[in-house]
This record gives sequence, C-alpha cells and structure tokens, in this order.
Amino acid sequence: MKDFYGFKPKSQLMLGTAQYPSPSILVSSFKKSNASVATVSLRRESGNINSGNSFWSIIKDLNVKILPNTAGCHTVKEAVTTAHMAREIFKTKWIKLEVIGEEDTLQPDVFGLVEAAKILSEEGFEVFPYTTEDLVVADKLLKSGCKVLMPWGSPIGSGQGLNNIFGLKALRSHFPDIPMIIDAGIGLPSHATRAMEMGFDAVLLNTAVAKAGNPIMMAEAFSHAIVAGALGYESDPMEPRDMANPSTPIIGKAFL
Amino acid sequence: MQEIKIIGSGVAGLCVAKELSDKGLKVLVIDKTDSPGPQSCSWWAGGMLAPWCEGESTEKIVVKLGKESIPWWSKNVDGVIKKGSLVIALSRDEPDLNRFGRRTEEFINVDNDEIGKLEPDLKDRFNKGLYFESEAHLSPRETLKSLKKDLLSKGVIFEKKEFNFSSDLNNNQDLIIDCRGLGSKDIQKDLRGVKGEMLIIYCPEINFTRPIRLLHPRIPLYIVPRGKGIYMLGATMIESDDSKNITARSLMELLNAAYAINPIFGEAKILEIGVDARPSYPDNIPSIRKKDNIISVNGLFRHGFLLAPALARMVSELIIDNKTPEIMSEYIG
Repeated sequence: MKDFYGFKPKSQLMLGTAQYPSPSILVSSFKKSNASVATVSLRRESGNINSGNSFWSIIKDLNVKILPNTAGCHTVKEAVTTAHMAREIFKTKWIKLEVIGEEDTLQPDVFGLVEAAKILSEEGFEVFPYTTEDLVVADKLLKSGCKVLMPWGSPIGSGQGLNNIFGLKALRSHFPDIPMIIDAGIGLPSHATRAMEMGFDAVLLNTAVAKAGNPIMMAEAFSHAIVAGALGYESDPMEPRDMANPSTPIIGKAFL
Repeated sequence: MQEIKIIGSGVAGLCVAKELSDKGLKVLVIDKTDSPGPQSCSWWAGGMLAPWCEGESTEKIVVKLGKESIPWWSKNVDGVIKKGSLVIALSRDEPDLNRFGRRTEEFINVDNDEIGKLEPDLKDRFNKGLYFESEAHLSPRETLKSLKKDLLSKGVIFEKKEFNFSSDLNNNQDLIIDCRGLGSKDIQKDLRGVKGEMLIIYCPEINFTRPIRLLHPRIPLYIVPRGKGIYMLGATMIESDDSKNITARSLMELLNAAYAINPIFGEAKILEIGVDARPSYPDNIPSIRKKDNIISVNGLFRHGFLLAPALARMVSELIIDNKTPEIMSEYIG
C-alpha cells in the first residue's frame, strides 16, 4: 500500500465529518466504517476556534488522522488563509486543498488550485489537492510540490459515482507511483469498490454516509466495499473475454 | 407544601411551569433576565409544530413526542395555526424531495396546481411538493408572552435573579428544575451549542399562510409566516457555541434561498437578524436527568416548541407519579 506523506493508513477509507444527523451518529459511523482519516471543513463547522470546542473534542476523540479541508474556498487567498488557520488549530501539515471554480458543479478551479498548491507546498504543507482527472493539471500539481492527488469521481455531493472511467484509468496508469485518492461524487458502496478495483489508493466520501437513512449501516457497507475493491485489485483479476470460456473442463467428460 | 424552583424561563421552563402549576403544585420561576426576550433561544425559534417533517433527519422518538405539541399548544395558548406545512424543491433538487418523502409520513404529494391552490404565491414556480396537512405553527414570542401572562394570572411567581448552582444549592432542599438551556453547560458537561442564524423580514406583497420548506443540498430553508406580511427565514445549523454574529455567507444563503422561492422577496425589508446557539446533547435528542433534588430538562436542539410540551408532561409524571420519563438519561456533571 502506498503511503500518504509517510502515513500508512490502517484502512483505505477516508470519511468526512459534515452533515450527520448528530455527533453521536457521526461517532458510531466512524467506528463502523473503520476509516483511518477524518476530513474536517474549517469554514462551515468552526465559527471560531474557541466556540466550536465541543465539536472539535468529539472529532479529536475519534482517534483518527485529521485532514483539514479548505471546503468552500473560491480564491487562492481564501484557501491559503484557511490552510494557515487549519495548521494552527489542528497542529498538522496536512491540508486538503479545495479551490472551487464553479458554484453549481463545485468543480475545482484548477488554475487557482495549482497556484495555491505551490504556495502551500513551499510553506511546508503536505497538500492533498482536490482536482479533476486532467493529466496536465495532475502533472502541474506534482511539479508544484504535491505528492498525493485527489481526483474527483463526479461533482461533490452528487452521488453519481465515477463519471469518467476512461479519464481516471488514464490518470492512474500515467502516474502509477503517485498515491491517489478518489474524492467526491461517491454515492454507493459499489462506486467505492470500483475505484479500488481500478488501483486507486483510497476513497474519500462524506455525503453518501452522512445522508443515508441509516448512516451507521452505510458506513459499515463502505468498510466492506473498500476492502472488496482493494483485494480485487491486489489479486490480479482475470481479463474480460469476448467469448464464453467454460469453467468446467470438457476433456475427460464421460460419454453417456 | 414543597416549593418547586424552575430555573430558566425559555420555552422549556415555561412549559414545565404550566404543566406543574396546572397540577396544583407550587412553582417559582427564576430567570436572570426579564424573559421572554432575546437572551433565550426560543425567542428566535421558527415555531413550527412539524413532527412529521422533522422525521426526515431525526430519530422516531422526536416524531412521537413532537405530536403531543399540537394539542398541547392549542389547548394552552391562542394563535396556533393549523394549516399544515409545504415542502418544495427546485426541479433540479427533486431527488431530495423524493428522499424527504421516503423518510417521512402523513403527507400528500402535490403538483403545481395543488401547490398554487394552497399558496397562490408559489403558483407555476414548483412542479412537485409534499403537503403535511396535520402540522401547525405558532408565533414563538407571542406564545411565550401569553404563556407567562397565564402563569402570572394563576399566581405563579417570577423572580429575576441569577441562580447559583454551587452556593444557592447547598442550603436548599427545594426541588430544582434546571431549564437553562446552554446556560447549564457548567453542570451538564456534554451540552454543546449548534449555532442558528435567522432573519425576520417584511414582505407584504407575499401572502404565505403556512410554513414553506425549501429543500436544497446546501441550505435547507424554511419560511414561517408571522402575519401582516412578516416572515421568519431560517435557519442555519453550524457546530459552534457562538451566538453573536451572522456570517456574510449565511445571510447571503438565506436570502438567496428566499429569492429562489419567489423573487419578490428581493424587495423585502430586513427587520431583524437573529443568532443564537441551540442547546444540544451529542445525539441531538433532549433528555431529562435527575440527581438528588435537581431535575434537568435540556438538549432541546432545534425542537424547543415541538418537544417542550412532552418534556413538561414527563417532568410532571416524574414528580407526581414517580414515573420514569421516556427520554431519561444519566446525569453527567
């Protein structure tokens, strides 16, 4: 398993902390999901550092690695400032970098993303950039100092799964050694399985669990889905064929 | 006769006072301010008695207990409006409407024509909606005032002072009912605030008669008519104890959503901006807790007017009949 800036997670599922019906359900969902990393959005959940204390202590008690995120930032400056705040609060160099370019699809502004990634990498941050499947953008992010990529499956919160299988496959095979996390757009456990079967290194999701009718059960479903996909990939699956190929040998069959 | 001291006179304190005094018990209500007023978060409430709608995102017990609120308020105050509530979504968010319907009950599906008949100002703007006919709403401030007036007329005494839970308690054998909301954080360690922001606007060109909920992936908005062209727009839900300022983003999102419901809201006058933090336990479900001579009623979250009547009933059953409340939990202090 590839590591993320030196961190080897115990599971390849990363889970967001927003939108759960209650903190108790969030905590139970995390336990069932076996997730190794929790993303926390600094902008929506904080208010300010001191007043959000109760919620932070709940997140800290999850005992998982915290990945603060610049969700909802629309400019380089906002994202960089939010990253600085996150470093102060969470005492971590990790930052999930989101620079949103379009309000309806919440798709990344890849130009701003590369710029912000460069600034933050130079400042010593370990940047997890939320990007598209675009190869050229990926290359520029790597050159700007990122050592992990987070390509989208489909737009944030859409639950559409992996929208561009071809593009994601190309990205995976183009940068085989770069740790990659599929982030955003996952709606079903099978979407996560598919991502892992394609050789991605982890999956990050939030809404699919938090907004399920039974978040705790869905969290458990995802924990299995991730393992299934990862094992499927590791075990070197058979190639698909155009013709049927009998699994029972014909030779030696008795003539009756 | 033993005196019962109720500390805090938000919606929880007043409902408990009403229930106990109706049972003939002698109660004294202590609040550090002249309530009802803006220091209590029930002042800023939506006032929707919408147990079935709340079922979309909450536990079944909230729906069950919330149903008690409509007859309770109707019996005890004037001004409960029983016109149901209407849930709508923009056409691109129709999947959210389907999900809402799947997770709730006691509604009928309505189309554009039926929506237009219920609320003419929504005509030709929404193709689908859910109509929860049995729900109701009230005006929180009028309701709190009228409940207090009723209690005063029945001889309940209101005392303005800050009750100190360390010094005032030591030499006190009275039964204390702690209804201070987030103010109880000193002794209820697992309480937290969930920040809510809301607006009161004046828009006489629009004539909604019932609460309208707009489903939206980022900002679920509700508009509650207060009569005479006044509407309450709410409310955000942010994990924070901050109760001071609205953020620019929240203000923009609330107004944007109102504008999406009907652009005429663009002409509305903003009368008030309200911010407060809702007292909440980790499961967002209220709880009654008892230790020695203290009973705590807290964690009403976003369900003050919806659940206070059921909680008041349970407190009364606990005191009079020693019956264990349906939502009692261990005292954490």
